[in-house]
This record gives sequence, C-alpha cells and structure tokens, in this order.
Amino acid sequence: MEEMIVVDGNKAAAWGAVLSRPMMVAAYPITPQTPLVEYLSQFIADGVLDADLVEVEGEHSALSVLQGASLAGGRVFTGTSGQGLAFMFEPYIRTAPLRLPIVMVIATRDGISPQCVWGGQQDAVTVRDGGWIQIYVENNQEILDTVIMAYKIGEDPEILLPVNVCYDGFYLSHMSEAVKIPDQTLVDRFLPPYKPTHVKLDPETPMAVDPLTPGILFTQYRQGHLEAQEKAKAVIERVDEEFGHLFGRSYGGLVENYRMEDAEIALVAMGSPCGTGKVAIDRIREKGVKAGLVKVRSLRPFPRERLLDSLKGVKAIGVIDKNVCFGWGTGVLYVELSAALQSLSVPILDFIGGLGGSDITFDHFEFAMNRVLRAMKEEVTQTVHWFSLD
Amino acid sequence: MKEIRFHGRGGQGAVLASVILVKAFTKEKRYSSAIPYFGFERRGAPVTAFLRFDDRPIREKTQIYSPDCVVVMDPTLKRSSEIFQGLKEGGIFVLSTRKSIKEVDVPPEVGTLGCVDAIGISLEILGSPITNSCMLGAFVATTGWVSLDSVLESIRETWSGETREKNLRAAQAGYNRTKVVRLR
Repeated sequence: MEEMIVVDGNKAAAWGAVLSRPMMVAAYPITPQTPLVEYLSQFIADGVLDADLVEVEGEHSALSVLQGASLAGGRVFTGTSGQGLAFMFEPYIRTAPLRLPIVMVIATRDGISPQCVWGGQQDAVTVRDGGWIQIYVENNQEILDTVIMAYKIGEDPEILLPVNVCYDGFYLSHMSEAVKIPDQTLVDRFLPPYKPTHVKLDPETPMAVDPLTPGILFTQYRQGHLEAQEKAKAVIERVDEEFGHLFGRSYGGLVENYRMEDAEIALVAMGSPCGTGKVAIDRIREKGVKAGLVKVRSLRPFPRERLLDSLKGVKAIGVIDKNVCFGWGTGVLYVELSAALQSLSVPILDFIGGLGGSDITFDHFEFAMNRVLRAMKEEVTQTVHWFSLD
Repeated sequence: MKEIRFHGRGGQGAVLASVILVKAFTKEKRYSSAIPYFGFERRGAPVTAFLRFDDRPIREKTQIYSPDCVVVMDPTLKRSSEIFQGLKEGGIFVLSTRKSIKEVDVPPEVGTLGCVDAIGISLEILGSPITNSCMLGAFVATTGWVSLDSVLESIRETWSGETREKNLRAAQAGYNRTKVVRLR
C-alpha cells in the first residue's frame, strides 16, 4: 500500500534514498540541501534506514568516503549544493570514470559571487561534463521516484555510472506537497541489491583499481565511458517505463512532451519551471495558440534524437534557461538544444531567468511565448532575452 | 484554486504554519503546496510563504502575486506596503494585532478582516511570541476554507509532548478569539 505524506523536496529525496536501501550515507550540510542531511540522520537514528552515517568534515570527504564504500561493493547515497559541489569537484570528476554508480542529489543553487544562497541551476550545469548522468526534475514526487530509478539506471551492467538527480533549490528543496511513498516490497522487486564485479576492493580476490593509465589505454577508457553515456539513453527510457508499470507513474524517460501533438511553437525547459510552464501552455491554448512544452529531464546524456523528434514539426522554439553558459552569451540548454537541432531551420530564442532565487512568473512565460510567436512570423534579431531585465 | 500569502519574521514559524496547512488540506483530499521565500537567514528578518490549494493537482512553482488571502503573523509587518500587494478585490486579510478590529486600518480591496492578539495569546500559552499555531486558528476562523479539526490533527503530528499540547491550545485559542468582520 502506498502511503501519502506531505514532505518538502529534501525529504522526498531522503525517502527515495531510504527506499533504495543504501548501506552508507555521507553528506555535509549546505544551503539549500541542509534539511536533507538532517532527515537522513534522523532516519538512520530512528532505524528507518539501516545504513552507516559518516559525519564528514566537508564535501570533498563526503564523496571520497563514498567512493571507498562503493568500491567495496556498497550502494551509497549523498547530496549537495552550490559551493559544496564546488568543494567536491576533485572526487566528483573521479567518480564517473571509476564507473561507480553512486547516486547524489543536487539541490541546485546559483553560483557565487555575488554572495547568494538561493536557487539557480548553475552548480549542476557547470559539472555537466564530469561524466555523470544528470536528471532534472519538476516536483517532489518526481524527486523521490527518480532517486530510486537513478540506482537502477546507474547500476545497469551496461552503464555503471553515477547519477545526479537535480532539483531546484528552495522551489523544490523547500516546497511542501503531498507525495506517495512507494511500497518497500515493490521497490525491492524493482531495484535488486547492487552486485558489482567490474571494480571491487576485495582482499579475497585482489584487483588493481585505478592504476596509472597512459595514452591509448586511457583513451580506450574514455571511449568506453562515452559509449556508456550513449547507451544510458535507452536504459533511462526503459527504467522509466518499468517504473511506470510497477508504480503507475512515469515521466517520459529522457524527455516529457506536454501538449506537443499539434504544437506550432514550443517551450523547452528543465526542472521546476516546467510546472509553471505547463499551466502557461494551458492558458495560451485557451486563446487558440497551438503551443506545447518539452521538458528535458536528462541533460547528460543529452537526448538529441528524442528532442529532434519532439520538435521537428514546430515553427519556433523558446528555451527557458535557469543558468548561463559563459562564452556563448546564452543559457546552457540553449547551446545544447541548438547543437541537437542543427538539421532543422527553425528559429530558437533563449530566455534566461530564475537566477539567484528570482521567480520565473506567468508574466515571464507570456513574454517568452509572445517573442516566440513573433519569431514564427518574422525574422527577429534578438535571440537572447533576460527575464525582468528585457 | 485559492492562493494564500503568509508574511512573518524569521523564528515565528510562518513557513511551518504553511506546511501544517498543506497537511490539513491534504487530509481533506485536496491538493496543496507551499513554497517559502527566505530573504537573509536570520531571526527577525521578513519571511514569506506561498500556499496554494485546489481540487486539481498544483503545477505552479512561483511566488504568489495576487493572493486571495494574506496572513500576517507579526503586527510590526503591517507597516510594510508589500503586505497588501496584489490582494484580490474582496480578499481576506488575517492579522496578528493587539488593536481592536475597529482600530485596524486596511486598504479598500480587503473584503473580510480577521484580527487576533496572536502575540498575547502565544506569550500566554507558549511563553514565547511564536505566533504560527495561533494564526492557523485565526486563519480557519476567518476563511472557513479548512476545518479546525484537520488543522489540529496536523499540529498533533508536527509536535510531541508538552509542545504539542501547548500548540493545540494556541490554535484553539486563536480560533475562538479571532474577531471577523465583513467589510463589503
């Protein structure tokens, strides 16, 4: 029986961890992830989660400790935000090439400076080329469900990669809403125990892990890692489908299409703005505009085939970016999407907003859709807009 | 859908009040969500929480700009002009104040006013000026959007021991002692 409880996004993530039965948790508190560490500690103290809790002195240690536990064959969990992720960068970029299927949530936070504790996706998008899988979610139920799915994706023998489940700081980390807590026996059926053979520290059968690896051999490892990222596309889709069969909820896998069947214009977004965006689409459709929204769940691997398929029929596109891409003068999703859609000659506009905890409002969505509608009818020169500034 | 904006100061429990209310609406099989906005993380700094409830799932993830109801947890916040910003015509205003309801001055868009001496009641019952439970009682008395039973049940789940009993009493007192006036 599924139980319904009211939780914030951090607690939804903690529940996702509990149900996935990690044997070790190590995390260091940082806004806006802090309550997650408190919830996990409480769950372990209360015996709800049977795991070792390592109280580390910082994020660098948190992930390093978990690398050791994962190498010893354990399933592990952690989470971080913003500067914590920055402090974790050294073990972060080692985890994926070591092919350790660690699940780490990121309660996304904008980058400093100027000093800022608020939401924004800059932390997570900045490490998008650290080799991890990164999935961005829209609401608390999706946080919980995606944490469970993340283990199944990452631990797939064809994949063996760590996964970030990214949820927007404050807008989700601190938003309270009712979620269904899946039945543990069903989760156990969905997610069997982790049994690694590819890398394992075991005194009975010694294995050299991560020795100095030169040139061409190193290149082979890289190639294999990139192939695993490509293969992960199919696995993410399949796991989402399987989850849907067992629990009655699925999220579109790599990409969710919202009212895209006959859409002439489309918005493309990641994370919590997708929720507001769907309502904005409903409203503009009432006025007779054929609009839809494409929610990009997976930034790594980037679902270029799915996006091409979703967007091949539209006449103009607007991207909502809750982050920036230095050097391009745009957001990250805009750059990624433009690369994926290079075979289409369709105008793509970018809208940057939601930085530093600022709100992405219905007025912003209306502004964006009006600009996209104009781009459908005439040639426009300004492709990048900043919400509240333009 | 109804949209409610809470204004409080860090430490008064405005955010927790909004969470308790989400639990109460959930008990009544309605959809609800609450998003807090923290400015600077310190006691006494203004804090806002945005709550929605509806019979359909809530997908919006934004702040609230045209609330159906504004709840002010601290009398000194009423001086701020932002309190009433965007309040719908005929909207509901629930205020923590020592003043009598006749002395309270509100802008013309307010349709229903509920007043309670939440600081006085909270000091009396809890021994501290944490007004959230009392203001939840006042919210129920003024709006009637959710039952007192559901709110009390949610409070019961939030605390334990003596704190639970005191907060239940504060909510009940807030409900009983709120004066409500229809202004239009």
